[in-house]
Amino acid sequence: MNELDTKTKNTWCPGCSNFGILQAIKNAILILEKKGISREKFVLTTGIGCHAKIVDYLNINTFYGLHGRAIPLAEGIKIGNPDLKVLVCAGDGDAYDEGISHLIHAAKRNIDITVLIHNNRNFALTTGQFSATSPKGFVGRSSPEGNLESAFNPLELMLASGATFVARGYAAKIEHLTNLIVQAVLHKGFSFIDILQPCLVWFNTFDVYNRRVYEIENNEISSKERTIQKILEWDYNDGEKIPIGIFYKVEKPTFDEEANKGLVKIKDFGPQIKEILDKKI
Amino acid sequence: MAKDFSILIGGAAGEGTRMTGQFIGKILNHLGWRIFIYEDYQSLITGGHNFSIIRASKEKISAPKKEIDYLIALNQDTLQRHKNNLKRDGLIIYNSDQIKEEKGIGIPALSITNQLGGKPIMKNSALFGALVKILGIDWQILENLLRKEFGEKAEINLKIAQAGFERAKTLWKIEKLNQKPLSLLTGNEAVALGALKAGLEVYLSYPMTPASSILHFLAQVKKDFKNVIVCQPENEIAVINMALGSAYAGKRTMVGTSGGGFALMVEGLSLAGQSETPIVIVESQRPAPATGIPTYTAQGDLLFVLSAGHGDFLRFVVAPGDAEEAFYLTGLAMNIAWKYQMPAIVLIDKEVSEDTFNFDESIADKVKVEKPIFWEKAGEYKRYLDAENGISPLAFPGEKETAIKSTSYEHDEFGITTEEEEKIEKMQNKRLKKYRALKREIENLEGVKVYGNKNSDKAIVVFGSNKGVAIEMGKELNLRVVQPVILQPFPEEQMKKALLGVKKIFTIETNASAQLAQFLSCQGIKFESSILKYTGRPFFIEELKEELKNKT
Repeated sequence: MNELDTKTKNTWCPGCSNFGILQAIKNAILILEKKGISREKFVLTTGIGCHAKIVDYLNINTFYGLHGRAIPLAEGIKIGNPDLKVLVCAGDGDAYDEGISHLIHAAKRNIDITVLIHNNRNFALTTGQFSATSPKGFVGRSSPEGNLESAFNPLELMLASGATFVARGYAAKIEHLTNLIVQAVLHKGFSFIDILQPCLVWFNTFDVYNRRVYEIENNEISSKERTIQKILEWDYNDGEKIPIGIFYKVEKPTFDEEANKGLVKIKDFGPQIKEILDKKI
Repeated sequence: MAKDFSILIGGAAGEGTRMTGQFIGKILNHLGWRIFIYEDYQSLITGGHNFSIIRASKEKISAPKKEIDYLIALNQDTLQRHKNNLKRDGLIIYNSDQIKEEKGIGIPALSITNQLGGKPIMKNSALFGALVKILGIDWQILENLLRKEFGEKAEINLKIAQAGFERAKTLWKIEKLNQKPLSLLTGNEAVALGALKAGLEVYLSYPMTPASSILHFLAQVKKDFKNVIVCQPENEIAVINMALGSAYAGKRTMVGTSGGGFALMVEGLSLAGQSETPIVIVESQRPAPATGIPTYTAQGDLLFVLSAGHGDFLRFVVAPGDAEEAFYLTGLAMNIAWKYQMPAIVLIDKEVSEDTFNFDESIADKVKVEKPIFWEKAGEYKRYLDAENGISPLAFPGEKETAIKSTSYEHDEFGITTEEEEKIEKMQNKRLKKYRALKREIENLEGVKVYGNKNSDKAIVVFGSNKGVAIEMGKELNLRVVQPVILQPFPEEQMKKALLGVKKIFTIETNASAQLAQFLSCQGIKFESSILKYTGRPFFIEELKEELKNKT
């Protein structure tokens, strides 16, 4: 136990891959603290689902939000106080189904937050329905004859939307994931990590991922053309190999910085209001 | 000499009638007359028919009259639509380039403008130039105001106005009143300024008529205020959730929308209740259901706003009826939201939002930034401390060795999730204590206003934009007029006092189901009947007088 833990009893299923993500986040915070970001600067928002229980297990600032709305919540926090390091944990149901518009627009405006998707490719806490990243034919409680829709590729979407940091991690590769999170938080701009998170109960993909996942080496991460080729290696339905690592990283001005530009702390707007009222006579 | 008179100016959208109406209002304002301007426009960008009614009175007013004294017509359509409302001795001033010969004073406004090298929209200057001459107003007043308003563009407009001025003759010497001119503000401008006075730092909004002009106004003035962020997120769901994030980070935040946008925000409203996050929501009603009639008015969201959101939670609701109340009550809403850490809703409608009212500057001094209850930075921080009055001291992320845990889930005092019976009940009780504390405070604020004959045993009860028309009826028909401005928590004691000795009560509402009467019935108030209008237009003085005469 370190002080990043709380005393709350963990209620994830035994062996759940969310434990790996929790560990990676804790590791990343400790590393980032050593790099000069103090503990109180971290804020984490979550949506609703298995992933969201993480707020109870981390002794940091958190806002446990609504389903699908963890991203705008985080954006508001960043706009309100740009000194904070704002992270989002959201599920695939949250970010790719219920709240997909927010994901796209957060990437588009390049707001400096870090979005971590616990992608178990189903709605787990509501007992195993298909999500936007469930493969075609997925058998769940709402699709006993197989899901009719194909999965979509969130990395492709993020690249198209203007995300300046696009990565994929694997919950079982904690060290690799830790490094990704550190890089994402240090990235100035919108950073996105889709985390493959096998669900033991409803969609156990451990074996498949263990066989197919490989780490990207020496990729040209500032080239959109190269990145798109890499992204298309796996479409979340079938495929042989699943690359993980940083796919894309470029620098652009951030929304929070521009929105806060030139702001001065003023205690009383009385004189400005009087001036406007006088003009209106 | 008339106690009050009305000028209607109409034309197609894009012809500048609204701006001209505002300018005419300002001229009369400078002569000491009290001004109210009613705006009527359609949901289109060019063409169609838009008009403004500028009503000037010796006393403060905030309602339109049907009968008009002067009709300024930019096109034939305006003439056809409004000629019948002209008083017998009324006068038509028309753009003779676009209108066939007509009784009244024809000004070839477009030809004048073209000859003097102006843009077509400047033809309005020729028309108000003529009006000023007709009303016997000193040219210098027009010139001074035009220079103040138009800056560099004043010269050409002055020439055009002068040409119009010279073509008309003085028919009435308008009285200069011994009253100081007051500011002229729309309700939306007043909402924005009231919020700023109460310390607004972040405004978030997705465009929706009739709330959009709050967004436009704040986006315009933020450079002068230097401490305000104005953002337009992707939809209303993003708006409300971002706003809660920004408030959690410590910023005084407001959002604005109409009924449809508010419907999208409702889950977020419930989150504000559960997470005890301060937020001000402006809901400017327009006729609904669904898209309804975007640029017109209604009071059909009253019961929706009072009960929106799943679950039991607390909110503060105010309903201003003009610009002064919009300023004051938005400021109050901001301070209450932060003191009690709850959502506060400013319920207005298109008439309050977009009509123009006189505004007494002294109102501005009544609003200031009131400091909420902050954590004293001693001991372990509990975001949801079960304090005696239910108000847990505030802290924002960034405090050393402190985790601030806000949540949508039921929780313990630290903000950690709970599903245990005892803790659930305790937390709900904590929030109820807060509500009771607010209810006590409300009784000491001005929650119910009374006008007219305060001894009459007949009362009309109104909220929001029907205030103006009701006050005039109170005077004319010797009735008591009661206007609750705080709707939740409801100031029961004040309402009882306001209605003491009353035998017959009528509500006047611009909705189809008498929602105010329904709401007040729940407070044990019995009604004779309700006078309802649901055509998208407000009550005009003459209409309501007729209705009331029949009923009372």
